This record gives sequence, structure tokens and C-alpha cells, in this order.
Amino acid sequence: MPNRIRAARPHVNRNENLIFERSSPGKVGVELAPLDVPAVSPAEAFGAEMARDKVAGFPEVSELEVIRHFTRLSSWNYGVDTGLYPLGSCTMKYNARINERVARLLGIATEHPYAPQALAQGCLRILHETARCLAEITGMDAVSLQPAAGAQGELTGILMIHACLADRGDARKFILIPDSAHGTNPASVAISGYQVRHLKSNEEGCIDIADLARAMDSDVAGLMLTNPNTLGIFETEIARIANIVHARGGLVYMDGANMNALVGVTRPGDFGIDVMHLNLHKTFSTPHGGGGPGSGPVAVKQFLKPYLPAPIVEKSENGTFCLNHDRPKSIGRVKAFLGNFGMAVRALAYMLANGPEGLRQTTEDAVLNANYIRTQLRDQYDLPYDKPCMHECVFSDRRQVAKGVHTMDIAKRLIDYGFHPYTTAFPLIVPGALMIEPTESASKEELDAFIDALQAIAEEVEQDPEFVLKAPYTARVTRLDEVGAARKPILRWKP
Amino acid sequence: MRYLPNSPADRQAMLAATGHAHIDELFEQIHSDIRLKGKLNLPGPLSESEILDFFRQAASESSRDYVSLLGAGAYSHYSPVVVDALLSRGEFFTAYTPYQAEIAQGTLQAMFEFQTMMTQLTGMEVSNASLWDGSTATTEAALMAMRVTHRQRVVLARTLHPEYRQILLTYVQNQDVTLVETPYEASGQIDLTQLESAVDTKTAAVVVQSPNFFGALERIPEIAAIAHRKGALLIVAINEPLSLAVVNPPTDADIVCGEAQSFGVPVSYGGPYVGFLTTREKFLRQMPGRLVGQTVDTEGRRGFVLTLATREQHIRREKATSNICTNQALFALAATIYLTLMGKAGLRQLAEQNLSKAHYAAGELRKIPGFSTPFAAPHFNEFVVKVPGDAERLLEKLRNEKIIGGLDLGKYYPELANHLLVCFTELVSRKSIDRMVEECRQFSA
Repeated sequence: MPNRIRAARPHVNRNENLIFERSSPGKVGVELAPLDVPAVSPAEAFGAEMARDKVAGFPEVSELEVIRHFTRLSSWNYGVDTGLYPLGSCTMKYNARINERVARLLGIATEHPYAPQALAQGCLRILHETARCLAEITGMDAVSLQPAAGAQGELTGILMIHACLADRGDARKFILIPDSAHGTNPASVAISGYQVRHLKSNEEGCIDIADLARAMDSDVAGLMLTNPNTLGIFETEIARIANIVHARGGLVYMDGANMNALVGVTRPGDFGIDVMHLNLHKTFSTPHGGGGPGSGPVAVKQFLKPYLPAPIVEKSENGTFCLNHDRPKSIGRVKAFLGNFGMAVRALAYMLANGPEGLRQTTEDAVLNANYIRTQLRDQYDLPYDKPCMHECVFSDRRQVAKGVHTMDIAKRLIDYGFHPYTTAFPLIVPGALMIEPTESASKEELDAFIDALQAIAEEVEQDPEFVLKAPYTARVTRLDEVGAARKPILRWKP
Repeated sequence: MRYLPNSPADRQAMLAATGHAHIDELFEQIHSDIRLKGKLNLPGPLSESEILDFFRQAASESSRDYVSLLGAGAYSHYSPVVVDALLSRGEFFTAYTPYQAEIAQGTLQAMFEFQTMMTQLTGMEVSNASLWDGSTATTEAALMAMRVTHRQRVVLARTLHPEYRQILLTYVQNQDVTLVETPYEASGQIDLTQLESAVDTKTAAVVVQSPNFFGALERIPEIAAIAHRKGALLIVAINEPLSLAVVNPPTDADIVCGEAQSFGVPVSYGGPYVGFLTTREKFLRQMPGRLVGQTVDTEGRRGFVLTLATREQHIRREKATSNICTNQALFALAATIYLTLMGKAGLRQLAEQNLSKAHYAAGELRKIPGFSTPFAAPHFNEFVVKVPGDAERLLEKLRNEKIIGGLDLGKYYPELANHLLVCFTELVSRKSIDRMVEECRQFSA
């Protein structure tokens, strides 16, 4: 009897198998309009050798089963719509529904990238206006919306530095990257043809000016920094840093992943940045979608404009918009067509909804929320860099490790309290990091509940660490065997 | 601001709790000389209805009332309403990359289903969980082949999408890599004799597209044999994957990658789309991008996790297999929902409809004096038509009748002036085809 009870699952939607396992021959999910031209068979068209007769294993299910399958899967997810999603460095802010609506309008979603430019003026205008707004926000002179995501923006920017220095006859070898950087920074540099030279952070978590001055020699093409950095700390000496790099013939690249801390308050173009990327899926509220699509526009100062990816959108004297492909110094194309246009649509809708005052208020709220968390949890958790932060704060699990509990365990226990965890184990310069970014979308009420949960967990760690180590208890599954998954990878269903 | 949940009183209380009197104190890390004085010069704030008006106006300045025969790497197909209804669930589109597997099983299981479907379609053994788009997936495939073979030379078919070729060139411009283009023959397919002489023992990969940029199917087994004889990998890029429902998958290839936009993702003026990359199991550890694997929880229940992350940039940094972080999970989900709905029979029927439409149109166009379809190789839903006279003039004439008559190939291939690339999906009715043919007939006369 007890066995039978344990075998039951609490709700029908917790038992959803793979779609292939629901399949049964003869079921259909769509019915097509009848064909209005003579039918041609694949064998006639390609010959028997090239023609395929079936895709083995493909699902056969009805429309309602498709609805139920994916609705049930969705109920196993946690999103910004569900609750606080304080994943540091990821900026999980509200994704407004109006953005989704306008991106789906006929004439926007349906426009083909090779549509004649005279007929695609609306889309070109959206691209032009989005680029103009981003240039204003960053204080830069020109923007390309072509890069598909932040990492591609980084590569684009570093390739532009390379092209610019090559034009000056100044071949250099290295890009300086602080040890607090996102992993994409060194990975992007590796493709660009430069090598990475690492910079150690100082005890305040910032760039060590003396170390930078030593490292910045005539072999160094530039510095790639994130500001505010991944500790959520603004590089107070940024103007001096930029001067050191410029004085020795280098350029300064800014990873704009944390631009949401600066919008309306300060502009990278005003503190010495030559080239940077933005993540529309962070600062500008386009949805993360479970891991993409992103969009990583690149913004540059005037002297780098000739090197931007081709084509660029221009406004002609008569007010019409066109694509300029005639860019002899361009680094080339980084993505087919015109970039992730649909994300530019959403980002522009976000900027229009906010206006300049709303964007500044957004920045202030994001920074206030992060500082609120920082000050309310420092009694329970170690705060390695204890000073006012910008949009995120980083604690460490140092006190809890004494009880055998690590950042990931605390994160898993947070799930039981109804919150998405923070970012664990990043940045690398904080061992056992708890990286918390509430964004402006968190209300005080929700932050108080979150703070209360983390305080309660700290107490649990003191009293019963074993209990915390087995969390979560309330999710659809308990902890998953990641080591086993990597040792014998099962990456597809097989009949 | 309507997106912000805190009241002035909340803000005041929080500020007090942080020990500050004014919000500006939290920004003191930023020296006053670099602070923005005044306001950003931006439009807004706009209400929701004003935003809608703005974008409706932009949407009206479009070709939405036109019949479009454009393909060339972006395909207009009908997407059942179920796809967008499910995609619009906030639990999917407002979630992040599934780092916390216990509360991301929905995204993870859907990705596992995506990976399975991609391998079923391409005939490969493993698939990643998506890449940015077809163009960058093809570039990633070439970089991967160089890692696998430790060779630095890539042979590209001239029938590979011109923009795809440009992107690979951009990526490797500062690396010691040689790119070689190999021409096509009269059939519109890659010239096998020229390919044979272009591939040497230093060649990492041969990259072809099938159906190629002209819509023609390439002879994959022969191309594979040429590549493999010299120890090079064969990469097949596919940007109209609907063809895979009726064309044999390129199982002789080593990497099959491309664009899955056709599966329920709108053309959206060029993006966002969804790239895919599938390969043989033995190359698994050189793959770029996220991978979802099946595992069990502590009670033995099946679950899914991101796996083999030691290939990736957040662990390996400059030694990673790629710099990609965010991929295209949401549109991989769209493709998964779309393919689930279409199912085995629906996808095949749809592919047959596309095939039939294109063949009907080709047959009708060939009947017009002066018009021809110069490439004899078999095609799926897209082909090249040679026009008697100035192609731009014909396009203009068609535009006057609200038809976008395809892509002028002369812009991409100087030797193909007055050739159009035309595509006929299920969205182009017989009536529209007949109307287009009639315009062409008048043009010919």
C-alpha cells in the first residue's frame, strides 16, 4: 500500500513524457490547404536515389496533444513572469508584452530581408531610429545592429580595433583582459587574431592602475573591460585608465553587458571608450527566451565608423532610408542579412515606453535594489568587496563553507522558497560567489521576501547543513546527476 | 513608469535602509566630471497605444500586400497559430539559459526534443541545442572542422550563400587560414573536377550548401568521396531544411548545419532565426554551443541538464570551442513545436506542395519565349530563371503588379546578370503564379 502511494505523482502535468513517446501512427496536428497545382513526386523531381520516403521516428500527434505537451513543459519552467529572477550578470528584467505585440505585426514580422528597399522603409526606419537612440545613450557616434549577440559584438569590436591599428601600420599582439571578465571576452579575442594578456584585479576588485601601466606596452592593441565590472563596481578611475591605454597607442573596448547600471547617468563615450557592445536582451528588455535570441549591437567613435560591418543603414537627404554596402574599410559581414531585427523592434519599443526620464529612473531603481540587498544580507553572508555597488552585488559562501555548504547548495534551497537562484560561482575572482542582480523589476515586497529567504537559509546552514545539501525538495525533480550526464552523454531520444 | 513596481515611499524606505539620504549618493563612484548633465535626447515616454501607432505606421511602409518570390536563405512559410500561442507563454520566453536545471526542465526537455528532431532530419548522430543562425552556424562548422583536422584550409563552394561565405572570411581574416572557392558547372552544381583539384591533404573541410544558393541539389556522395580521399571533412549547409522531408539526408557528410527558420519562425527582416549544427558522435567534444543531455535525479527519475560545458567559454575562456554564450533557444523551441505539429505526414505533404508549386512555376516560365531555367540540376522550391532583357526592368514591372519577382542574381554573381532566383512556397497560390507568368509573357513580347 505505501508503495502505491509513493508511485503516484502530484499532478498529471508532472508525468509528461517525450513527445516521441506519445506518438502513434496516423495522428495529425495540421491539415494543409489542398494543393492547387499538379502534384510532383520527389522521385520524379530528384530521381529515386535522392528522394527520401520518410523521416523515421518523427512524432505523430494531434493538435491538442501538442498544446498540452508544451503547456505542461512550460509549467516546469521559472521565468521573470513567475517571480524574482536575480541571476547576476544576466539582467532578468520585465519583458513588456507590447514589445512582443509590435514585433509580430504584419509588415514587420513578415518583411523579407531582401525586400526592395523602397518597399521596406518602415523596417529600415526602425533600424535607423534604434541605432540613433543607442548612440545617444552610449555617447558614441555610430552603431551597427548586425551582431547576433553580445559575444559576436565583442568579436566585431576587437576585429575593428585590429583593422584600425593595421591601417595605422601598427601591428600589435595582445588584448588586456581583467581576471573578473566574462568568459566570452577571452573566447572572442581568441578568434580575432590577438592573444589574451590577463590583468589581476586589485584588492578593491578594480583594475590595478600600476599593473595596467606595466602591462600596457607597444605590443598591446587595447584593453577590454566591463564597466561596471562583474562585481557590480564602477571603475572609478576609468578616465585615467583610458588615458593610459590611449597614451600608448591602444584602444579601449567596453563590454556593455552591465550598461543597465549607467543609462541616463553616464555615457561610455564621455569616459574614454572607443568601441563597445550592448546586449539588447539585458539592458533593453528583449526576452532571454530560455537562452536566446540575443542581440549585440556595436557602438563606436567616429574614427572607427569606417570599420563597422557592412551594410549600414543611412538616411538620405530626401528622408528615405537605404542600406550602404559601399564600405571599403569595413571588417566585413558578421551575420547574414541585417542582424536580429526583431530584437531591435522590441528594444525600440522599450526605449519609447520609457523615454529619457523612465530610463534614468530604471537605472536608479536597479542600483537601489542591488544596494538594498547588499546592506540587508551582509550580516549573514560574507561580502568580499564591501562598498556601494551599482546594479548587482556579490557575496561569497565563505561562512557557509565552514559547515560544508556551498553557493550552489544555497541556490538550490532558494528554489524551495519560490525564487530563482542568483548566479553561482561567477565572477571567478570571488571563490564561491553568490552574484545577485535584482534589476529594477523587483518590488520592495518581493525583495524583502527574498532577503528573508536567504537569511532563513543562513540559519538552516547553521542548524542543519545536511538538510540544505539535499535541496530542492519542491521542484519537479530533485538534484540531477550532471557528472553521469557528461560521462555517458545521451543527447537524443532513440526508439 | 508603468514597468517599475516601487512607489516613491518604497524607494525612500529602501534608501534609508542602505544608510543613504539621496539616490545620487549611490552613484558617487562615478566622478562628477563624467556624469551626464541634463537629459538624454530620446523620444518618449509613450503610452502603449502610442507605441502601437508608431509601429503600425512603420509596418504599413512595407511590402506586406505583395506576393513575394524571395527566398535565398529566408523562407516565408505558413506557421500554425499554435506555434506562437505556445511560444508566447511567459514561462518559456522570460526564462534564462537553463543553468538551474530543477526549475528549467521545460526548456531542457524541449531542447532535447529539438536535438532529436534535428538528428532525425539530417541523419547525423548528435545535434547541439541551436546556434545564432545558418550563416554563423556554417562558420562555426568550418572552425570546428579546423580543430578536428588540425588543418587551416577550407574549400568553399561558390554555390554557398554569398553572405555565408563573407562571414567565414570575416572571422578568419587575422588567422593563418586559407579559403578557396570552387566554381559551379553548367548544371548549377559544384564542379566535381575542379573540386577534386582544389582539395588537398592540407584541406580541413569542403563546405557546400544543398539545396544550394541556386536551389539546386548537390551530389553529396560524390563530393564526400572527394573530401574524404584527402582526409578533409564534408560540411553540408542547409538553409531550406523543409527539403529534408523529401530529399535524402546527407549522411555522407561529417557536419550538417544550417538554418531552421523555415520551421515556424517569421522572416522578420532577417532575424532572429535559428541555426543548427549536427555531426558524428566522434566529433562531439569539438562541437560549439549548448548541449542538453538526459540524466536522472537522486530518486532515479528522468531529467535533463546542460552538459559537456567544459567545451564552453564560461569554463575554458580563450581555449573554448567557440565564443558563443546566448544561442537561439526560443526559436529552437518554435521549430520544435512547429515540427511536432507538422509531424511525419504533415511535413512531407508540405514539402511536396512546395516542390509541386516550384515545378509548376518553372514549367510555365519555360513556355515563355526567351525565358529559361538554365540549371538542369534537380531543385526543391527554388530555382534560377534567365530573363530575356533587363532583369531589373522585369522586377519593376512585377512590382507594379504587387509582385516581388525574386532576387536579381547579377548583384552576387556578375556572370549571372539577368538571372533571377525565385522561390515558391505553399504561400504562393496558383493564381499568383499565373499572374506572374502573364507579366513575364508581356515582358517577353
